Amino acid sequence: MRAAKSNLPQGTLDLLILKVVALGPVHGYAIAQRLLQVSRDVVQVPQGSLYPALHRLENRGLLAADWNETETGREAKFYRLTRKGRAELGTEAASWQRLTEAVGLILGMAEGGTK
Amino acid sequence: MIWFERLWHRRKLEEELEKELRFHLDQNAADLMARGHNAEEARRRARLALGGSEQVKELCRDARGTRWLEDLWQDFRYAFRTLRQKPGFAAVVLLTLALGTGATTVMFSVINGVLLKPLPYPEPERLLTLNEQTEKITSPIWGNLWAFAYPNFLDCQRESRSLHLAAYRYTGGTASERGEAVHVEGFQISSNLFSVLGIPLSRGRAFLPEEDRRGAAPVIIVSYSLWQRLFAGNPGAVGKPLVMDGKSFTIVGITPAGFRVNRDEVDVFTPLGQDASASMGNRDRHPGIEVLARLRAGLTLAQAQTDLAAIGRHLAEQYPESNAGRTFIAHPLRPDVGDVGPTLWLLLGAVGLVMLIACVNVASLLVARAVSRERELAMRAALGASRSRLVRQCLTESAVLGLSGGLLGVWLAAMGIRPFVAFWPGSLPRAEEVGLDWHVLLFAVAVSLASGILFGLAPALRAPARELEQTLRAGARTVAGSSRRLHAGFVISEIALAVVLLVAAGMLGRTLLRLSALDPGFDYRNVLVTRMALSSDVLANPAKIRAAWQDVLDHARRVPGVESVATVDTVPMRTGNNQLGYWNTPAVPPVNEQPLALANSVSPDYLKVMGIPLLEGRFFNDHDRLGGELVVVIDDVLAERAFGRQDPVGKHLWLPDNGSPFSSGGKGPDAARVVGVVRHVRQWGLASDDQAKVRAQFYYPFAQVPDPLMRRWSELMSIAVRTSIPPSNVLEPLRRELRGATGGVSGDQSLYEVYTMQQLVSDSLARQRFLMLLFGIFAGLAMLLACVGIYGVLAYLTGQRVPEFGVRMALGASAGDVMRLVLRQSLGMIFVGVGLGVVGALAAGRLLVHLVDGMLPAGPATFAIMIPVLVAAALFASFLPARRASRVDPMTALRQE
Repeated sequence: MRAAKSNLPQGTLDLLILKVVALGPVHGYAIAQRLLQVSRDVVQVPQGSLYPALHRLENRGLLAADWNETETGREAKFYRLTRKGRAELGTEAASWQRLTEAVGLILGMAEGGTK
Repeated sequence: MIWFERLWHRRKLEEELEKELRFHLDQNAADLMARGHNAEEARRRARLALGGSEQVKELCRDARGTRWLEDLWQDFRYAFRTLRQKPGFAAVVLLTLALGTGATTVMFSVINGVLLKPLPYPEPERLLTLNEQTEKITSPIWGNLWAFAYPNFLDCQRESRSLHLAAYRYTGGTASERGEAVHVEGFQISSNLFSVLGIPLSRGRAFLPEEDRRGAAPVIIVSYSLWQRLFAGNPGAVGKPLVMDGKSFTIVGITPAGFRVNRDEVDVFTPLGQDASASMGNRDRHPGIEVLARLRAGLTLAQAQTDLAAIGRHLAEQYPESNAGRTFIAHPLRPDVGDVGPTLWLLLGAVGLVMLIACVNVASLLVARAVSRERELAMRAALGASRSRLVRQCLTESAVLGLSGGLLGVWLAAMGIRPFVAFWPGSLPRAEEVGLDWHVLLFAVAVSLASGILFGLAPALRAPARELEQTLRAGARTVAGSSRRLHAGFVISEIALAVVLLVAAGMLGRTLLRLSALDPGFDYRNVLVTRMALSSDVLANPAKIRAAWQDVLDHARRVPGVESVATVDTVPMRTGNNQLGYWNTPAVPPVNEQPLALANSVSPDYLKVMGIPLLEGRFFNDHDRLGGELVVVIDDVLAERAFGRQDPVGKHLWLPDNGSPFSSGGKGPDAARVVGVVRHVRQWGLASDDQAKVRAQFYYPFAQVPDPLMRRWSELMSIAVRTSIPPSNVLEPLRRELRGATGGVSGDQSLYEVYTMQQLVSDSLARQRFLMLLFGIFAGLAMLLACVGIYGVLAYLTGQRVPEFGVRMALGASAGDVMRLVLRQSLGMIFVGVGLGVVGALAAGRLLVHLVDGMLPAGPATFAIMIPVLVAAALFASFLPARRASRVDPMTALRQE
């Protein structure tokens, strides 16, 4: 189980958070849960670094937050994407796409070489 | 939220953070319970998953970006708390710093006021000073620059498109409207001088253009201070008459208090255009007219220069006989402060050294404290504080100290500036500009912050980084070798700095002793000199002027206590001199190659009054008169320069026509026969004469000055009186006797600029004496600080070594051995410090020799006297801790271990 989980590459946590929040206003705990579920438990987000990342994004103006009631009636801090955050998500996602494609190409080439 | 909003809402943000994290934990625990964990286990797992909630909070706070400010605030409060815990320590440090910053701030505020501040007019950077300029060098002193001819000024004023020109010219007179006749200084000014400078009058009005012409009704503007003196500040003075030199003027305006034209503050202003002298209408004559100008809006100096050059060309074509090869040149108007600059910087340097010593002292105190706080810092590091955080905390503490010291220092400076300026020898130029302003405050803050960082850096960098557990385990007793070296470094640098100041003070003292012992070249005891104005109806006629001065001498001789009396134009060691070119053949070289000599116009008894020894030949007598053979008496310096080893008596000197006091602008040089040689007089003062560029002197009879120059010469004359009783007792009888002595309008002569020669001789050393006094004080302070520093450091170091001493004594060392051990340690530091200090002192000595007139180089004697003083003081300071160490009881010391 432990071996199957991989650590998150540097700087990708912000991108993942933006993507999750883009689906609609959501609180911190839900973001953590969503990340685990969507990545099928592969991506292990240290919960301790989730909140500093959220606050950082909020201070950069990429996220905005409101206090609202959850379905269980408790008050929680809901994050949503700002216009600036949406633009950032677009460019970051595109650049991630390019990077992974390039890395994939290189890895594929290397495998081809050994055959 | 913007960062300062985040700072503002800090408490709310903290609450929200807490709430958000609790929600997370609760939610997670609820989920876990839903999967079958019991409540306690669920909460434990949730906490584990989140990680230490305090750490998470810290990280979130970091993300806010206001962390540094919050830390700073925390550190500030912590610094104040720790300082309050040790009031003695805080008081010593604050006092040291306050004295250091205070002294530095006073010196800087003087430099700021005198040297750095612009002139007190609106937009001073647009003000210029203008001169005429010839192609050839025409004067050995002024080069190719000339004062304006009045017609040239008028043409420039009318034709310039880039400048507003204004002119002024010095004039003096006797105002005799109310009470005692008083001598007043004045300027003749063009009507627009006040508007060009941008200074409105405080009452009344400036001159009108139509008043700035010949024949207009006589009007006058009086200064604020003369208005106070003559009219007691009565507003009704405007419109009243004021009689000056026998002529009645109507007062039209009063200047604001303290109004100056550059450096000069005068009593009265009259319209320049009303001056009816022949020289005013003549393009060939240059009657001392100074020209100021203000650049018109949006124009530059270069544009004005082009403009002036065009006017110059135009005038040269129109008036070739007077203006060929002549143009006009503009320079930015700068404050005239004479030669005080080097002295001021020198003093700032000395104060800076004292400040450095103070910083080093505080640094050593702080390090001593930092060592005893090592465990506290190690504990903080162990609890997770980063090294940079600890360094920051230490620096904040020292910055708090520095700033509080600086605040006290500014307060001290505010009290000290006025006394210091009043204490300045002679009068400090622009003293009225000296005060605390934001430049000075900025400087003080910068100095205190810089000092705070300077003395805080060493202790801060000691903040523990590694081997925490060792420090924690070791207890407070162990002194790392680095700390001992650091302390030695402090002591060494303090001693070195003190040596520099002590040697400088010693050099100044020795110089002062030598200069005071110099022979001024005349007998300065019992001599009174004073300037005197003749009444204006006398001045109009040269024959009357000659008779009037003869009357003055005759009257003065009658005063009881007066032995002899003479007239003289340039009194030794008083400001003002007349430098003339000379040559020993009729083939006088071009102006810029002529040697110069100081010319003195005197009456025959001058030698007797001043007690100047006659070396050869004779001095003047009553037969040396106008129309007779021109004669001069030279001093031994000129004799040697002009005639070498030959006997000068009977030889001739040729005085070029551009400056000869014998000619009224004739053709070719005037030949004057040398009839005698007298001893050199230290005209420039005891200190400055040896370095003066022009030292040679000659005397010529006042009686042989030709008629056209008589009025000008008469305005410059002083009388010198040798007395048989203390000269100050003669002043009042003399004043009474001379009032109305010349038969003119009675009661309108006054004596002014009254000095005894003793005063002048003593004043000529005032700068040296002042510097020595200040350097003496600084050196004393430096020595005191250094001794306190040595005492503190040694007391601390020996305190740390008590167990070691205990062991040594237990093993058989005597009290004397331990004492020698401590003294040897301090002697080592003292000698290294003295060695470095000597090197520094040699460099500083060179600077002093360069900057102070008559300074002797730092001789071995200076070092031989000053250094033992310091070493003795330093040893005394180390003696106390050494004795304490020698009295250590071995048993107690070992039990401590």
